[in-house]
Amino acid sequence: MSTKNWPLWEVFVRSKNGLEHRHCGSLHAADEEMALENARDVYTRRSEGVSIWVVESKHITASNPENNGEMFEPAQDKVYRHPTFYDLPDEVKHM
Amino acid sequence: MSEEQIKNLEAQFEARIARDEKIEPKDWMPEKYRKTHIRQMSQHAHSEIVGMLPEGNWITRAPSLRRKVALLAKVQDEAGHGLYLYSATETLGISREEMYEQLHTGKAKYSSIFNYPTITWADMGAIGWLVDGAAIINQVPLCNTSYGPYARAMIRVCKEESFHQRQGYEIMIKLANGTPEQKEMAQDALNRWWWPSLMMLGPTDAESIHTAQSMKWKLKRKSNDDLRQQFIDQTVPQAELIGLTIPDPDLKWNEERQSYDFGEIDWDEFWQVVKGHGPMNKERMKARVNAWEEGEWVRDAAMAHASKKQRTSLEKEVS
Repeated sequence: MSTKNWPLWEVFVRSKNGLEHRHCGSLHAADEEMALENARDVYTRRSEGVSIWVVESKHITASNPENNGEMFEPAQDKVYRHPTFYDLPDEVKHM
Repeated sequence: MSEEQIKNLEAQFEARIARDEKIEPKDWMPEKYRKTHIRQMSQHAHSEIVGMLPEGNWITRAPSLRRKVALLAKVQDEAGHGLYLYSATETLGISREEMYEQLHTGKAKYSSIFNYPTITWADMGAIGWLVDGAAIINQVPLCNTSYGPYARAMIRVCKEESFHQRQGYEIMIKLANGTPEQKEMAQDALNRWWWPSLMMLGPTDAESIHTAQSMKWKLKRKSNDDLRQQFIDQTVPQAELIGLTIPDPDLKWNEERQSYDFGEIDWDEFWQVVKGHGPMNKERMKARVNAWEEGEWVRDAAMAHASKKQRTSLEKEVS
């Protein structure tokens, strides 16, 4: 990596306590402290958050869309993982 | 921090919870809040993990492929739910290793219901219907509990678990409508699981030492006795619908209360099982510890492989 270019960081913001942090975008910064400060200025100018996470993008391992078939298709025919698969009489309540 | 400052922080903290605000891992929290949550959440996680054992017992002997894939999917979910809960507990500053250690040495508890044996196929039906039914009643209010990571884990768990009870009840329906022997098997399972399921909802309010504090922190929104009544009221009609009899001679509809009156619970049995003298306590722990120990070489191999890969990529960078 060139030492002149600031690395890329991914930004996650929690909009309010109780909700998870959500990815909202990325930015460049020289280190984690600057990344946090920049994230505040770029992504929470209108009180969009109460907590920010920044992660250097290179630390994120992402799945490859080309492999989506083998990654995700196996779940598609497992209908028995869903409640609607089971036959219950209409009279049954609370289930 | 001075004692007064801590009191002040505690007052603010309680006020936040009273306003229905959520507490997140980096927020200040009283030590007791942290400890209570570590205890309850890790127990919950342990229960999911140990809860796989009684059902795992029947996977290879499920009566059809349909039943087998359903049971597999349910046990898989329980492993997943254990993982969500362990991770959520780790946000409070305890390590996974410490939690396993507490489970394996018997320091930590898990739900006593899993210390009963699963001796017939109908037990798979009774567990899904009754044990998961009682668990859902316990868990739904926890989706609103004050600790954010716990609440979020519970939302996932409850959503995924909705099929567990239905698959159990479906097994019971089939058996109850089957041959006389099958129906008898279903009735026998109900007989054995009914009372332990009622005990699952916890000691009576008078005996429950944690209730008041837990209510305040929204770790609990209804008392054990209220939850138990709710469970009984919703389950009795389900038993009647499929022609099974609840094994309680004192069970009677109370028109005035619009609820069922029920017989006395054998709390001696409950405490015996909690203290480790249930029919399967030793067996369950042995199976769990064996699984952990026999898996050690797999964990070691994965670590060795990972560091080898890292070395190779470093070498490549250097050359």
